[in-house]
Amino acid sequence: MNEFDCGLDIRAATSIKYAQAVPLAYSIDREQCIGCGLCEKICLAGAINYHDRPKRTELEVGAVILAVGNELFDPGVQEVFAYGKSPNVITSMEFERILSASGPYMGHLMRPYDREEPKKIAWLQCVGSRDTHECSNAYCSGVCCMYAIKEAVIAREHAHGDLEPTIFYMDIRTYGKDFEEYYNRARNEHGVRFIRSRVHTVNPVEDGNLEITYIDDNGELKSEIFDLVVLSVGFQVGKESIKLAGRLGIELNKYNFARTDSFAPVATTREGVFVCGAIQCPKDIPQSVMEASAAAAASSVLLSESRWTQTQIQEMPPETNVIGEPPRIGVFICQCGINIAGVVNVPEVREYAKTLPYVTYAEDNMYTCSQDTQVKMAEVIREQGINRVVVAACTPKTHEPLFQETLMNAGLNKYLFEMANIRNQDSWVHSKDPSAATEKAKDLVRMAVTKAALLEPLPDTELGMEPVTMVVGGGVAGMVCVKNLADQGYEVHLVERSEELGGQARLLNKTWRGEDIHAYVKDLEDEIEKNPMVHVHRSTELTNVEGFVGNFSSTLKNGDKEITLKHGVAVVATGGHEYRPSEYLYGEDSRVLTHLELDAKFIQDDPSLKDVQSAVFIQCVGSREPDRPYCSRVCCTHTMESALELKRRNPDVDVYVLYRDIRTYGEREDLFREAREKGVIFFRYGLQSKPKVSKGTDTLEIEIQDHILKRPVILRADLLVLATAIIPSEAGQLATFFKVPVNDDGFFIEAHAKLRPVDFATDGIFLCGIAHYPKSIDESIAQALAAASRASGLIATGKVFASGTVARINPMYCSGCGVCVSICPYSAPSIMEEGRFAGKAEINSVLCKGCGLCVASCRSGAIDLKGFEQSQIMAMIDEV
Amino acid sequence: MEMKKPFEPKILAFLCNWCAYAGADLAGVSRLQYPPTLRSIRVMCSGRVDPVYITDGLKSGFDSVFVSG
Repeated sequence: MNEFDCGLDIRAATSIKYAQAVPLAYSIDREQCIGCGLCEKICLAGAINYHDRPKRTELEVGAVILAVGNELFDPGVQEVFAYGKSPNVITSMEFERILSASGPYMGHLMRPYDREEPKKIAWLQCVGSRDTHECSNAYCSGVCCMYAIKEAVIAREHAHGDLEPTIFYMDIRTYGKDFEEYYNRARNEHGVRFIRSRVHTVNPVEDGNLEITYIDDNGELKSEIFDLVVLSVGFQVGKESIKLAGRLGIELNKYNFARTDSFAPVATTREGVFVCGAIQCPKDIPQSVMEASAAAAASSVLLSESRWTQTQIQEMPPETNVIGEPPRIGVFICQCGINIAGVVNVPEVREYAKTLPYVTYAEDNMYTCSQDTQVKMAEVIREQGINRVVVAACTPKTHEPLFQETLMNAGLNKYLFEMANIRNQDSWVHSKDPSAATEKAKDLVRMAVTKAALLEPLPDTELGMEPVTMVVGGGVAGMVCVKNLADQGYEVHLVERSEELGGQARLLNKTWRGEDIHAYVKDLEDEIEKNPMVHVHRSTELTNVEGFVGNFSSTLKNGDKEITLKHGVAVVATGGHEYRPSEYLYGEDSRVLTHLELDAKFIQDDPSLKDVQSAVFIQCVGSREPDRPYCSRVCCTHTMESALELKRRNPDVDVYVLYRDIRTYGEREDLFREAREKGVIFFRYGLQSKPKVSKGTDTLEIEIQDHILKRPVILRADLLVLATAIIPSEAGQLATFFKVPVNDDGFFIEAHAKLRPVDFATDGIFLCGIAHYPKSIDESIAQALAAASRASGLIATGKVFASGTVARINPMYCSGCGVCVSICPYSAPSIMEEGRFAGKAEINSVLCKGCGLCVASCRSGAIDLKGFEQSQIMAMIDEV
Repeated sequence: MEMKKPFEPKILAFLCNWCAYAGADLAGVSRLQYPPTLRSIRVMCSGRVDPVYITDGLKSGFDSVFVSG
């Protein structure tokens, strides 16, 4: 059985777990091995060791980071879902494997029962989550709504639209960045049907189909047949993780997640032991990646004294001078298992490559990217005297750096390398036409060889790094980032526009776990103030930024005073604020408050709160509307906190919450349940039937269409709280200064939504806090630590490298017209003011990103782009 | 009589490294199928594409040139 494919197919007793496994090596499944000894006899490398046993290694470490993740809930324990009874009831993870090109059905959408393409698929949400029954988990798993929607959309793409996906849900919780927009597109453009109903039973019927009986929004009992049922299973902590936590001596909470504090979200109860990812609570990829960096930052504080003490520096051989040598090209053709060799005739391409000009060596490999091939490639380069390398394999987007490193290990300049993309852009897309794919592979190899013959060694420029960070924004995110960097021993400047530090956190009452925010902010501010590595600039505006990673020069303005700050990296933590609405009598009636205004009353212990007999909360005010489509993420939880606080102060107060979907994700679900238990009453409304607020005789009157009674209900209240949207601070010139993008909603756009959540695409600039997206204080702190980690990673190395693929100007041809200066998005070209070539343009290779815009626009043909030279591209065109 | 093959244009594509080339890679990951008569050249930006490349592509026998970025 192949456990990586969730048991949907089988594998041999000797296998590689999955295509991307590290190390990419075979292992023997002891339970399946019959001990015939055949593999030992035929293994040429003599790599079989039947007596291999787990080894015990002792390491001396200063900190431990626990990133053990979670297990999935096993739906087999709940008989009602027919999981295990019908092969066509599968978990969401099994469905992921079915959709995967490397999965059991090679990416063809089929159901396990008869390998037929399903026409109707149902997803059942909250399987094993938000369920207080035994064997289930009361918390929300936080990620299932989004993955179910993604699976539905992708499944429909696989079926070329010939599929009816249906998602049965309780609340759709698309609270992440850009998630709500994705949900809207799934519903409106991709034909995904959403039914709000908790399905209690799945009945297998004939032909492997499944009958789902549910109660719809109108209270009617309905029944529908589906071809395939996907159970959106949640997370839970694995038994091994619980044991490990016991051995490490860290405390777990009631759900067995690692116990952490909102103000130290990656620190466990034991000093020096940190956590990140889903072991701390259920979370998605971006949040896990942020926490991973955060844990690195938190542990770096403990380890700062021993930094660079155990570093092993990779020795690079001296670079061979190849200038003047005739090209000697080595071609390595990858089979990529069967990914390429299954379509393209690889031996034919290899033999063809040998006939091309300057090719002195050609070979094909099972996996050219594997570690053993890299070692061999370096040997071949040295032995054969190869001075240019072509790899025909996958894509340079992912694998160019790996092969370039191999070149450097063999003493070749890394720019003497070219790739031919014969997988992503050939075998995978022409799988039905092997002979044409083989011809195309030959063409692509010939083009690459032609270019390779013309390649020249290029230098990467090494530059110094100003070991100083500038953090813009003195809210909690900015302060946490500053504190961490200073604790790591780096100099930091904090720039805050207002007189006070603390930002929005000063206005909040408590965290969702009930911790005191004010005391925390006060302590944080004191610690920053007294740290000699920190320079706080209050009432200061950033008026200009020049330079690039490692060498920024920023102008800070405080009143009439201006100073210039030199820094190597910068962190944007400009935060956001609460939206002030113009509806629901806000601003017209003093009984209508926003969340922060109610929090202010809680903080001041306002006596008027005692007179409140009836309070109404309206959710999604200014969020999830056509003008502002995103979900503000924190307001549902905030409402639960405030509703419970009102109940604590006066248990007799009537509290009503008017909502669209309750999004108390993760363990915040406990607050939602507690609110219901304490008697808070929930009414759902739709965007088409928003509540109407009017002034009654003594009270406010809120009219809402009740979806159960099917008639309007009037609630009388003496307190109306609006859960208003969170909007980002105006990015203004900051985006221009740092050349970083802002989305339609005004939030900064990170380099990669999942994998680089705190980086900008511009090197040396990082992002954290609400400027990225609305988030709670613990999430802001984790992201701030992550930004500190990323920033310190650059500063610690003390240098930056600029790529060698940059534009160069031949001043002999330059007419000094200045087109390149005006056209360059990165301000790299400038007109020389003195010297022999005064009046001609020159390019600062550090600023140049190598786009080639100036090259194509130069009227004099004076500019060329190294690595993509005119002659190289023209030669490729002529060779096709 | 010999059956004539339907006309399949030979296309030369200049793909921007950051978007279109990544998109072509993604088409592969998604196993989208398209005619095998396209040949692509990776450039760091579609702004790099000199008009000469287009005329040169057409001169060397391509039926069309596709610049994407």
